[in-house]
Amino acid sequence: MSSYFHSITLDYEKCMGCTNCIKRCPTEAIRVHDGKAHIIGERCIDCGDCIRVCPYNAKIAVTDTLDKLSEFKYKIALPGPTFYAQFKEEESVENILDAFLNIGFDDVFEVALAEEVVSFMTRHYLSTNKYKKPLISSYCPAVLRLMQIKFPDLLSQVSPFMTPREIAARIAKEEAVKRKGIPYEDIGAFAISLCPAKVTEMTQPTGIKNSAVDGVINMSLVYKDILKQLAKNHKKEKNKNLQKATGLGMSWGYITGEAKALNYGSILAVCGIHNVVSLLEEIERGELRDVDFLELRACTGGCVGGPLSIQNPFVGRVKLKYFVEKYRAKTPYYQEKDMLDFYQQGRFFSTEPILPRPVMMLDEDVSKALLKMERLDKITNELPGLDCGACGAPSCRALAEDVIRGLAVDTDCIFKLRERVQTLAEEVLDLARKMPPAMVSNSSKAKGKKKEKVNE
Amino acid sequence: MNHPDKEADSKPQFKLEFKIGEKDFSVAGEAASKVKKTLQQLGLRPEEVRNIAIIVYEAVMNVIIHATHGELEVIIVPEKVVVLTEDTGMGIPDLEMAMKEGYSTATHEVREMGFGAGMGLPNIKQCSHKLNIKSQVGVGTVLEAIVYLSSKD
Repeated sequence: MSSYFHSITLDYEKCMGCTNCIKRCPTEAIRVHDGKAHIIGERCIDCGDCIRVCPYNAKIAVTDTLDKLSEFKYKIALPGPTFYAQFKEEESVENILDAFLNIGFDDVFEVALAEEVVSFMTRHYLSTNKYKKPLISSYCPAVLRLMQIKFPDLLSQVSPFMTPREIAARIAKEEAVKRKGIPYEDIGAFAISLCPAKVTEMTQPTGIKNSAVDGVINMSLVYKDILKQLAKNHKKEKNKNLQKATGLGMSWGYITGEAKALNYGSILAVCGIHNVVSLLEEIERGELRDVDFLELRACTGGCVGGPLSIQNPFVGRVKLKYFVEKYRAKTPYYQEKDMLDFYQQGRFFSTEPILPRPVMMLDEDVSKALLKMERLDKITNELPGLDCGACGAPSCRALAEDVIRGLAVDTDCIFKLRERVQTLAEEVLDLARKMPPAMVSNSSKAKGKKKEKVNE
Repeated sequence: MNHPDKEADSKPQFKLEFKIGEKDFSVAGEAASKVKKTLQQLGLRPEEVRNIAIIVYEAVMNVIIHATHGELEVIIVPEKVVVLTEDTGMGIPDLEMAMKEGYSTATHEVREMGFGAGMGLPNIKQCSHKLNIKSQVGVGTVLEAIVYLSSKD
């Protein structure tokens, strides 16, 4: 399990050992030990909430650098709609895409176009009625990882399609092979992203064996260069053939966008990892059975609220919405017939089952687990129940779990420690009062004097 | 609850208990989610966890909707999980009807809140291997649902 990859790591120098992040983590994956936060790798779902909440910016996401481009002869940039949301409304997507060709990429392909394809295929799949309601979007990698840990029984309800990023990478590479005759392995596809979970998705994909995405580049690494290009080439005639997606595909960048683009039956769109947890709890209990589709996003506001975003998610939404409206009436690049072909060829269906990851389990053996649970309960009841976090665990219960797993001791709790010190001090005091029998203790001297007085 | 066989006492067992107050709607979700977390930590299979969570939710809902107050006990031993609710309330006048899908005696007020669809007991029955209900009109109801655990191989 220790080989499990996750993108979010700690900047050791910056971490002050405060308890903000441990409290916020939806899978209780962080502990503070020796004054620094530690992430329990196999529990991390890369939702990025700790990045947002850290007052010292000590949580960072490992993404690919532009050095990775040099590993490939032909480089394709895959900007998602969230990238457009970083620009002023006067800007055009054509210009933004064109700018990529001047900063080291040979080609550019909009993820929004693949999002239109997924919308079509999902709509078609829903109309077959051969699924358990509600179907759950396979888009957000953090939500999928949350489900693997906390909602394993709902994994069978995840939409059977690859993610738009994956489809975009595959189509873009195939087209480059066809049009330019470049060998497939010489082509690198790079997502331009605000999302640490996408790095994890590329490294350890769910639903497929290997990802066609070769790198996930933090948006901020290319943003300045793109801005410079835009300022420089503003009047130059642009390559108009690059921009293919319509506003519908672009709307996937904010919450409710996938629902709008899908436009089928009853859809519920929920964002923010803690809201997603409580919704999935309801679904697990068998409620909301009349809902056809769930659009779930770990980030508040949807992908524009990605942990690597520089701007407020609500500002991002407004800016992206401008582009969505601007390109709404554009003629779709793929005709319905093309997309039906994609569906029937089955090329973009996931190929592997998404398996549960029972990392919360106390023991493989139920009998042993029950004994541990008894002890866990006992220890929890003996703890003060303040959930103060001073022990480095997010709650008293979590500390008790760590004790059971042999990762902590109960005196990590400052109240327990104080109790122990008090008991010890009382014992010491007791011992201090004791005298060897041969010696006359102060108290018996006093008693003796009293007796004398009485005798007098 | 009396346990007739002494053998059961020597086996590891874990018990979760909840008090259920009248119209205390939030307790159903809380109990179901706490039971679910516990069962996941015990390593039960996902389907078993889901079924038991549904039983807990529906059984507690029944107490909230139809009784004045009651208690929930979830007893876990290696081979089975027993969900037990005991309430003081109106009781179930016609158990056969209550087991039918869509039959409900819930008040208008409760239905307005989106509950009382008449699926509670049928759901519990569907999710459990054994279901015993003892009810006395005007006194209360005892419900015991059992889920036998499959061995993990």
